[in-house]
Amino acid sequence: MVRSRILSAVSLVLLAALVFLPAASFGAAKSIKVGVYGGYFKDSFDKHIFPDFTKETGIQVESVAEPTGEAWLVQLEQAAKAGVAPADVNMIAQTPMLRGQKTNLWMPLDLKKIPNHKNLLPVFIHKYPDGRVDGIGAVSWYITLVSNTKVFPEAPKSWADMWAADKKDKLGLLALASNSFLLEVTAKTFFGGTQILDTREGIQKALDKLAALKPNVKLWYRDEAQFEQALKAGEIPMGQYYHDVATLAAKEHPVRSTFPKEGGILDSGIWAVTKACKKVEEAHVFINYMSRPDIQKKLALKVGTAPTVKRELTGLTDAEFAAVSSEIPPILPRYDIYTGELSDWINQKWTEMITR
Amino acid sequence: MIAERPQGALARLTLLYPAAVLLVFFVIPFGIMLAVSFFRREPGGFYLVEFSLANYGNLFTALFGRVLAFSLLISAFCALLCVAAGFPFTYLLTRMPRRRQVVWLVILVSVLSLSAVIVAFAWSIMLSQTAGVSNLFVRLGLLDRPQSWSPGFWALTCGMCYVAFPYTVLVLYPPLARLDPHLPEAARTLGASPLVTFFTVIVGSLRSAIVAALVMVFAFNLGTYLIPQILGKPQHWTLSVLITDEAIYRSNLPLAAAMAVFFMGVSLALVGMAMLGGRRRPGGAA
Repeated sequence: MVRSRILSAVSLVLLAALVFLPAASFGAAKSIKVGVYGGYFKDSFDKHIFPDFTKETGIQVESVAEPTGEAWLVQLEQAAKAGVAPADVNMIAQTPMLRGQKTNLWMPLDLKKIPNHKNLLPVFIHKYPDGRVDGIGAVSWYITLVSNTKVFPEAPKSWADMWAADKKDKLGLLALASNSFLLEVTAKTFFGGTQILDTREGIQKALDKLAALKPNVKLWYRDEAQFEQALKAGEIPMGQYYHDVATLAAKEHPVRSTFPKEGGILDSGIWAVTKACKKVEEAHVFINYMSRPDIQKKLALKVGTAPTVKRELTGLTDAEFAAVSSEIPPILPRYDIYTGELSDWINQKWTEMITR
Repeated sequence: MIAERPQGALARLTLLYPAAVLLVFFVIPFGIMLAVSFFRREPGGFYLVEFSLANYGNLFTALFGRVLAFSLLISAFCALLCVAAGFPFTYLLTRMPRRRQVVWLVILVSVLSLSAVIVAFAWSIMLSQTAGVSNLFVRLGLLDRPQSWSPGFWALTCGMCYVAFPYTVLVLYPPLARLDPHLPEAARTLGASPLVTFFTVIVGSLRSAIVAALVMVFAFNLGTYLIPQILGKPQHWTLSVLITDEAIYRSNLPLAAAMAVFFMGVSLALVGMAMLGGRRRPGGAA
């Protein structure tokens, strides 16, 4: 009895699969998988962005939580070798973007199908060395100089303030060269710009200058929550942190985020499509949609990211714009040095510098 | 002890299960790691499947030596502290009535169930200037003003010992529970003081159990990687932290694998030496 029931159930499922499979694959033509950083970003996109996109274009979105860091790139590489794309469009950080170029992982994008690319700031059109476009800016955010208003009633003006003697044992900084971008900050603040990082000697100079900062650093953090908690409490009253989160925290805690006169650090994620993607048309439609000024405005207001399009197109008020960005020219990270010939040497020297 | 070797096809079959589990969950992953440690690193990319000894060559730096030495020392130090505190604790625990023993053991096991993140965060708040225990000391008149004790070496030691202590007790519990209560009683009858009895009779007859506990807690501590990040300064980061940085943040899997293999080799050698030392000592109970 039981056995025959199971058998009939199995055959029913098989029959259903036969009937519905063609329909399902037809439906799949109007759907797309989008990889977004898991957690805050994915939740925000699921809530504020994807439903409206589907309403407008009829394309269903399935969001895939991807890990930050470079783990997702490893998975994309392996999958592409097997001809599979875990997601059709992926939010990719800048350094893994460059790593993927080495293996030609990214499918070149057709700008004719992304007319909204004209709205973008030039830095947000990412290209292969030979000029083919391989990515379009997705979201960007600033890392700024944050401080506790109770401990430091006066706002700092420059990144150089971190080196001042009265900051001894008071700073919280990110722990890695490639996520703190402190080499770039040092280069811009003390050596006239990040071009000094082109050579080994220049990088060494910046590292030496940074070594002088060490007595002032209480915490080299990897975990954002650890620093945020200490900053709010005044335990570690100054440091570098994400402008959007700090602005949010400032509503209830004695915290401020300052764009130093040398500029905040502008970091960003990119929409990229791997060569294994089979929904190229939909991917272009999605990227074009995300580059619209009104969508970028919505992201700024709801998610707190800095717009990737020109400011005047967004219609953000001064206060709204200041909450996510600044008119001061930013410090642009030198992602190339973290994937170039010197990358292993830089990492080695960096770790030696901070652990000594 | 097994008196007879298992016989028959069925007995052999049951041995296949642990063998298969070992193969799938240990031998194969370790084999992959060993293989990757010999692949060639491609700067700015991933790795190429070519034989290379460069990853092991790159290990011979002052930085790696320093971090390796620190990882071994802090693990050994915390193992010593845990066994020194855990041995008398467990001894007293085994003398308690059954019911109270169970309560204590449940509390200890529940500590083990806490994630390292929670433990590290709790300690960093407890040792902080703004909300930490130093405020209590100020109120008691022991300190002039609150102080910040985290991150630092002692904060790290507290965090690591907190996680390792329940484990130590669980390792020491079986041999101490099996200890014949007549032994200390006999020593007391012959005129030894309680302290002398404890150190000569109880510690003496369980020397090999103590060495085994030291070794197991030491090995347990070697794997710690979240606690040093949160409670330690950069000079207190252990090798596990550096391995994670290489693998996750720098996509340098070959170097990370080489570091892990080397680390494991050194740890195994140390553990082996400790076990041999514990066994060969004349008069040892093993």
